[in-house]
Amino acid sequence: MSIENRGTVKVENGRYRVKGNFHYIYPNDPIRNSKGELLGVTNPRDVTHIHTYGGEAPFFENLSKGKLLATKCTNSKCDAHNSIFIPYRIHCPDCLQRCKQVDITALAQRGASVHTFMITERTGAFNTLETPIRFVNVEFEGIATILMGYLSVGEPKIGMKVVPIFQTKNPTFTIMDLSWVPKGTSESDLPEGFSF
Amino acid sequence: MIKFSKQQLKIPQMSKPVYLVTGGMSKFDRAIPEKRTEELVIDAFLEAAEFIKKSPEELKSYIHSCYYGHFADHFGDQLLGEAVIHDRLGLDPLGNVGVKTGGATGGSTIWEAYKAVASGYSDAALAMGWERMDEVPTDEGNHYIASAADKDWETPMGHIYTGYYAVMAQKYWQVFGKEEDSFRRTLAEIAVKNKGYARMNPHAQSPMKITVEDVLNSPVVAHPLRALDCCLMSVGASCVILADEETAYKLTDNPLLIYSAAGSHTLRVADRRNMDIPLLPNETPDQYKDLGKRFPGGDRYPGFTGFLAARMAAYYAYGMAGIVDPNEDLDLVELHDAFTISDIQTYEDIGIRPYGEGRTYVESGECYHTNPLTGKPGKLPANLSGGLIGNMHAVGATGIMQVVEVAQHIWGRWGEMHGDEAKWKLFNRTKPDDWTNLQVKGAKRGLAISHAGVGSHVTATILMHPDHKLERKA
Ligand SMILES: [Zn+2]
Repeated sequence: MSIENRGTVKVENGRYRVKGNFHYIYPNDPIRNSKGELLGVTNPRDVTHIHTYGGEAPFFENLSKGKLLATKCTNSKCDAHNSIFIPYRIHCPDCLQRCKQVDITALAQRGASVHTFMITERTGAFNTLETPIRFVNVEFEGIATILMGYLSVGEPKIGMKVVPIFQTKNPTFTIMDLSWVPKGTSESDLPEGFSF
Repeated sequence: MIKFSKQQLKIPQMSKPVYLVTGGMSKFDRAIPEKRTEELVIDAFLEAAEFIKKSPEELKSYIHSCYYGHFADHFGDQLLGEAVIHDRLGLDPLGNVGVKTGGATGGSTIWEAYKAVASGYSDAALAMGWERMDEVPTDEGNHYIASAADKDWETPMGHIYTGYYAVMAQKYWQVFGKEEDSFRRTLAEIAVKNKGYARMNPHAQSPMKITVEDVLNSPVVAHPLRALDCCLMSVGASCVILADEETAYKLTDNPLLIYSAAGSHTLRVADRRNMDIPLLPNETPDQYKDLGKRFPGGDRYPGFTGFLAARMAAYYAYGMAGIVDPNEDLDLVELHDAFTISDIQTYEDIGIRPYGEGRTYVESGECYHTNPLTGKPGKLPANLSGGLIGNMHAVGATGIMQVVEVAQHIWGRWGEMHGDEAKWKLFNRTKPDDWTNLQVKGAKRGLAISHAGVGSHVTATILMHPDHKLERKA
C-alpha cells in the first residue's frame, strides 16, 4: 500500500496547521461463513494522529542531539527533594511543583546497570524493532526510578553495565532514538544512524 | 521512599452492607463470529436471572443504576459501547457509566456498583463486563493491548505488552526463583492445574489435559515464560447484581455479603520508587528484615517483583471484611493468573504466603481442589474456574467471572452450573467422561483478585455467607 502526500503538521499562532492526507479510504469486504451466509464486514482504515509532547518535548528533542535528560524536584520542603526522575517527569509526583531539568548523559555514559531484562520474538503490529527484541530496564546511580529501553548489541544480563546510544542521524524524535549497548562496545558495532 | 498518610491508610467504612444477589456468564472463546457483543451480554444476564428463578423483566425492575466494564474501545471499535449495551438490555433511562482499568476492569466495575449500593444511591445495581478481542488479527491486538502502556515511553518499543510485563517476570525468576529448575516446574504446575480445571467448565475456552513437560516444551514467549504459561485472549461477558439487605432478600433467600476495595500503582514500572513493605494483618514488621539476605536483589520493594496495588487492595478489603489470615479465613480464591509467575507474585502480595515464598503455596498442594500430596481437600483452592490461563481473559468480564465462580461455590451450586449437559451442548462443547465436580465443600468465604497489566490497578472482592460473617477489627 503506497502512502501519497502523507500528512504533516506545523504549529502556527498556537494552532495546528495540517497539510496532506491524514486518512486513506479503502473499500470494505463482506465476511461469510462456509455456507456462504453473511456474518459481517471488514472496516479498513488508515489514520494519522497528531500528538503533543508538551513539557516532555525537551527530552525527545535532546535524544536527537545525543543527550539524556532527566528531571529533579528542587523543592526543599518536599519529601522527594533532590529525587531525580527518568522517565522525565514534568511535575514532581509528591509536591507537584515543576521539576528542574538535569542532564544525566555523563552519568549514564559512565555506565548504568541492567536491573532486569527480557527477550522475545513476539511483537505487535507497527513494531519497528528487529526480533528478538531485548528490553533492558536500566538503573542509574542516585536516580529514584528505573528506565525501560532496548538493547541494540549483545545479550542482556542482570547487573551488566550498559551505556546509552542515540539516533542522531535521521532521528525519529521518539523514545526509539535512545538505545543501550554493553559498556565497551565499539562505535563501529552500533546500528545505522546511532552514535554514543 | 514513598510514604502513606494515616488518612490514606484508612480502612473504608461503608454506610450499609452490600449483598451479591446473583451472577451469570456467557460462553467464552477466542472468537465468536456468530454473535454480536450485546447477544453475549444478554446471555450473561439471562443466566443471572434464571439462577434466582426470576424473569429478566422482574430482575430488571429492581436495578437502579448500571456499571459497565469494557476495557478497550478500540477493540470494540465503538465509542460509547456502554450505551449500546444499556439500550439492548432495555435499561434506559437508568444512569449508567463505563469503567476502564485495564485487566482490572471487571473488578473495578464491581467496585463501582458496590459503592453505589453501599452509599444508598441505588438499592440494586448491575455490574456487567465484556470484551471482544476477535475483530482484529493477533498482532493488531497486541498493538492495541500495548497501547495501554505509556504511548511515548513504552508502546513504540515492540508494541508488545507481554514484554513490558516479562521484565518483571525475569527479575522475580532470578531473585526469588533463583533460576531453579524446580521453580520453573512449579510455574508449569500452575498452568497444568488451571488448564485442567478448565476441562470441568463448559464456559472455558482452553481446557487441556497437559503435563509439566508439555508446558516446558511449549514455545518460548519471553524467557522464562512459555506459551502455556500465558493467559488467553477472549470474547465473552459476565455480570453480577448487587443490592442492599432488604432488596437482596426480596430477590433471593440466599444472598452473599460482598466487600470490594481497590489499589493502584504507576502505569510505567519505570516510575516505581522504593518504600517499606506495607504489612497485612498476618505479617510482622520483623519478618522481612533479612529478605535481601535470603534473596539477594530482593530488598528493593516493590521493585520489579511485587505488586503494590494488589497489596493495598488486599489491605483495604481484609480490613473491611475482618480477614486476618487469608489461609484460615477464606475457603477459595480466584486470582488473576495472567502469567503463571504473576500468579505466584500475587500469592505474596495478598498474604497467602510471605514475600519470597509464593511457590510453597503450589508446592504444598494447598492451592488444589484436592491436595495431590495428601489426597485431602486443598486448604485454599485457587482458580477452579480455570482462571485466565484455562477459562478466559475477556478483559472487562474477567473480574466479574471470578466473583460469579467464587459465589457459586459458596452457594453450593458450582456442580449444577458446570455439570449441566444442556449447557455443554448449548456451547457446542463435549463434557469430558471424567468430568469432576470441583465444588469446594462447605465453602463460606472467598476472594477474587482483578489485576491490570504491570499492576496499575488491582481490586480485591471478598464474598461471605452471612451466617459466617467475620467481625471487623477496630
Ligand atoms: Zn517535590
